[in-house]
Amino acid sequence: MKLPRPSTEWLPLMSTVLVWLVLYVGASVAYEGFFSARVFLNLFNDNAALGISALGMTLVILSGGIDLSVGAVLALSTTLVAALIKAGCPAPIAMACSLGLGTALGAGMGGLIHAYRLPPFLVTLGGMFLARGTAFWISMESMAIRNPLYDSVTDYRIALPGKAFLTAGSLMFLGMMILAWLVAHRTPFGRNLYALGGNEQSARLMGLPILKTRVSAYALNGFCSALAGLAMTFYMGSGNPAIGMGMELDVIACVVIGGTLLTGGSGWVAGTLFGVLIFGTIQTAITFDGRLNSYWSRMVIGFLLLAFILLQRGLTRNRPASHT
Amino acid sequence: MKALLQKAGSHVWIWPLLGWIALLVLDAIFVDGFFRFEIREGHIYGTFVDILHQGSKVLLLALGMTLVIGTGGVDLSVGSIMAISGALAAVMVTQTESMFAITVVAALLASMGVGLLNGTLIALGGVQPIVATLIFMVSGRGLAMLLTDGQILTFEDPALVFLGNGHFLGLPFTLTLVALAYILTSLVLRKTAAALYVEALGDNPTASRLVGLPTRTIRLSVYAFSGFCAGVAGLIAASNIKAADSSRVGEMMELDAIFAVIVGGTALTGGRFTLLGSFFGALLIQTLTTTMYNLGVPPAVAPVPKAITILLVCLLQSDRFRAHFRRERSAAS
Repeated sequence: MKLPRPSTEWLPLMSTVLVWLVLYVGASVAYEGFFSARVFLNLFNDNAALGISALGMTLVILSGGIDLSVGAVLALSTTLVAALIKAGCPAPIAMACSLGLGTALGAGMGGLIHAYRLPPFLVTLGGMFLARGTAFWISMESMAIRNPLYDSVTDYRIALPGKAFLTAGSLMFLGMMILAWLVAHRTPFGRNLYALGGNEQSARLMGLPILKTRVSAYALNGFCSALAGLAMTFYMGSGNPAIGMGMELDVIACVVIGGTLLTGGSGWVAGTLFGVLIFGTIQTAITFDGRLNSYWSRMVIGFLLLAFILLQRGLTRNRPASHT
Repeated sequence: MKALLQKAGSHVWIWPLLGWIALLVLDAIFVDGFFRFEIREGHIYGTFVDILHQGSKVLLLALGMTLVIGTGGVDLSVGSIMAISGALAAVMVTQTESMFAITVVAALLASMGVGLLNGTLIALGGVQPIVATLIFMVSGRGLAMLLTDGQILTFEDPALVFLGNGHFLGLPFTLTLVALAYILTSLVLRKTAAALYVEALGDNPTASRLVGLPTRTIRLSVYAFSGFCAGVAGLIAASNIKAADSSRVGEMMELDAIFAVIVGGTALTGGRFTLLGSFFGALLIQTLTTTMYNLGVPPAVAPVPKAITILLVCLLQSDRFRAHFRRERSAAS
């Protein structure tokens, strides 16, 4: 990340930050009590799972792919942890199992996509059905998690001035944020990821490890989805096979609004953070308003998605168009 | 024998048909009374008729989706369009007491409008089809919820109720609708150059443009047509339950429709499509769903076998997988 770059390259990220600032300031002016440390930190607390999942999705989209299974893998992760703990399994082992399963699912889908040149959205659609169905197969309904270790993590709070606090989920999100930033912008793997997403043919001719890079991107995303599931269990205190339906769209929306190109090869981990903040701010503002229903948030997200995609098209029009 | 197999294999729709028949045979053996028909008040009832009736929505969606996928695109917004169409119709018959014909025309025009917007983004804006239709998948449902104010809106309008529950020639009226849609579409496609245009565009968009095909118009039309089909499906779905349930109707239907088209033998890469294949593909998926209900598999677990089928069919369609398989076989012999 050397700073002097052509300014248009930074434009999507700049516009994301600007949109968030406008929304945040607008909501702070419009709604009494919105502008407080507590509400601001709750943006992280309430959207930790979404954020963690969006970080993984950023890596996949950077590699030029897409993953529709994240919501279902998240649900599977929460259900598996809850079921294992109910069956008497120690909590750390249950969590490790769930993270392992998520990673393996991701790696499997990445492997299929790479080995047989299958369209990512179709394979991950299959993965979504599989994970959701398996979650319901494990348990048809929500299961409360009763475990001393779990309770202590769930109740864990870092108190900050102004009645504000951070939960374990937000800490996981912030930790993953730093990790994802390091992975994407500071490692050879990250560079390969950008190269693969930018132009697979060139990356192959340069002798970069395409297979390893692509499978790792999906595996990391699987890990993130499972981890997001754990953050969700800390948030709700239960495992629920029906949770996260349609969440994949919110996650993709956050990544795209964050300025990452859906064609791959260009974007920022930091942009995704702001994408999640925009999403959270809209949701919170709608709650504060009280008159607007939750379906307004979907329409605003859809509109922002459209605006950002058109902005990206405008910026990349001069580049050779990529297919699919 | 080999020649015969090759000849049969050259019609891609043979495979979903065989799959469907295999599933029906399994049903006939394992599900009690699967092929039992009953005639009450001049109407035919039975599980088999029910599959056709329930499958009408997937059949219609698959019809539009086939053309979209034929151009190398995909339409993820069909479920949301169903919600919009149903919501608009319900609002019009209950709150403004519009005439049935006007209601239907308005709902279908709105659906086609959404399809046209999708097409505009893709054909003129150059946005990827998955992304463009994703936008309406997200916001379309919000729009439908807005129309019905987030409530489940029930209606009694006899004509609208007939659409999804009435009988014609002893069979559910929906079967007539589906048959008409398929026959008319194949006639129009195969009697004009439209099918050729769609396949040319899917095969090579640049070459199609260079030889002077109206690629933008073709793209706009297929997405508008997909929207239209989704609109009809939405009216049927609302009529079935005599209500517009904006938050639930058409949920995951886009996946069933894509699945039906892929299983039917239309390549996701575009350039080759088969309406008959999609027809049998849609019947296959509906039969699979109904079979699982009958076997007592909870509806929520039903996606697992669906997922496995999708992945298997994808693998079978992949040239690399086939090449891999062929190599193994020739190595063995």
